[in-house]
Amino acid sequence: MNEQAFTATIDKDQRIEPRDWMPDGYRKTMIRQIAQHAHSEIIGMQPEGAWITRAPSLRRKAILLAKVQDEAGHGLYLYSAAETLGADRGDLTRRLIEGRQKYSSIFNYPTLTFADVGVIGWLVDGAAICNQVPLCRSSFGPYARAMIRICKEESFHQRQGYELLMTMMRGTEAQRAMVQDAVDRWWWPSLMMFGPPDAESPNTAQSMAWKIKRHTNDELRQRFVDMSVPQAEALGVTLPDPDLRWNAEREHHDFGEIDWSELKRVISGDGPMNAERLANRRRADEDGAWVREAAAAHAAKRREATARERQEVPA
Amino acid sequence: MSGEVKHEWPLFEVFVRAKRGLNHVHVGSLRAADHEMALHHARDLYTRRNEGVSIWVVRSDDVVASGPDDKDAFFAPSGDKVYRHPTHYAIPDSVPHI
Ligand SMILES: [Fe+2]
Ligand SMILES: [Fe+2]
Repeated sequence: MNEQAFTATIDKDQRIEPRDWMPDGYRKTMIRQIAQHAHSEIIGMQPEGAWITRAPSLRRKAILLAKVQDEAGHGLYLYSAAETLGADRGDLTRRLIEGRQKYSSIFNYPTLTFADVGVIGWLVDGAAICNQVPLCRSSFGPYARAMIRICKEESFHQRQGYELLMTMMRGTEAQRAMVQDAVDRWWWPSLMMFGPPDAESPNTAQSMAWKIKRHTNDELRQRFVDMSVPQAEALGVTLPDPDLRWNAEREHHDFGEIDWSELKRVISGDGPMNAERLANRRRADEDGAWVREAAAAHAAKRREATARERQEVPA
Repeated sequence: MSGEVKHEWPLFEVFVRAKRGLNHVHVGSLRAADHEMALHHARDLYTRRNEGVSIWVVRSDDVVASGPDDKDAFFAPSGDKVYRHPTHYAIPDSVPHI
């Protein structure tokens, strides 16, 4: 296979598979995107994981545990896809820990109350779904297949969050205020999840040409806003944007200017939780090292024992 | 100890039988110290819901695969052996059940 075959495959809307020839840039972009996505799933366990022991009922604990476990699974599906391109899982983890690869800025915000768990499910997983559904048709086969698996599981994440919020909204005045406060804090960071505006997203054109990306950041952001407005209404909360209104001409909602300097700040490491998230990940890696080594030593011993047994069996 | 490249478990490919009567299908890979651990991890990672009734794990370095460039040698001959396909044979419409 060569460049011509690669381009023809993309043009025909067929998938590129790991052993196919691909341009270096495609491979590099794909590894970076998949790794960043995997890191986001792994770091994304922390904000909600912090609430597992404090969830108010056994049912909510079980739900949250299952959801966080799913996110771990998503990370592993994605590391698996990255490895088909020649990347090494351990190396990717080291890049994350050393701050050489990024993860989604959204996970650098704190989860202050249990309502945050609901709002993360509704808005953060909701935004992730908007981003991920088109990626099920990404041109790289293993990534697209991982995304299909992930999208199937995300719908549970969003619905459990929304149901949690509906329950709180039927509760006391204080609980309703808690939900509104969480919405106020998470709305803008959720909009930032779609990345910088198209005009400042230099890689978008190439990614669209390679069909790694199917829609621009601004298109997906608009779709998310349009989907969220009626959901907020049904819930009885106000989205914290005075400029948010229906534009009959565009047939979309207009919304206010996003504080891009905040996104830049958080991406470059200066968000409220960046240091803690990375420190936790680093500690988990260090604390797990002896387990990984012991398991490897045990496996090697058993391999030797089996080999010896085989030799001892008389011919 | 620190600064050293950390130990990496080998890679395993995972195949899941979605339900009785179907083939095992490749679903992805994972890292594990040995086959037994690979099976446990596969269960946790790839069958958290109703995805399967049986799992195979195979060490990735034991898999031998045809390459995309082998395409002609491996797969082209089937194209010119049209007589291998039932539609190659003309049977009058009046003949039933064939
Ligand atoms: Fe996820
Ligand atoms: Fe999720």
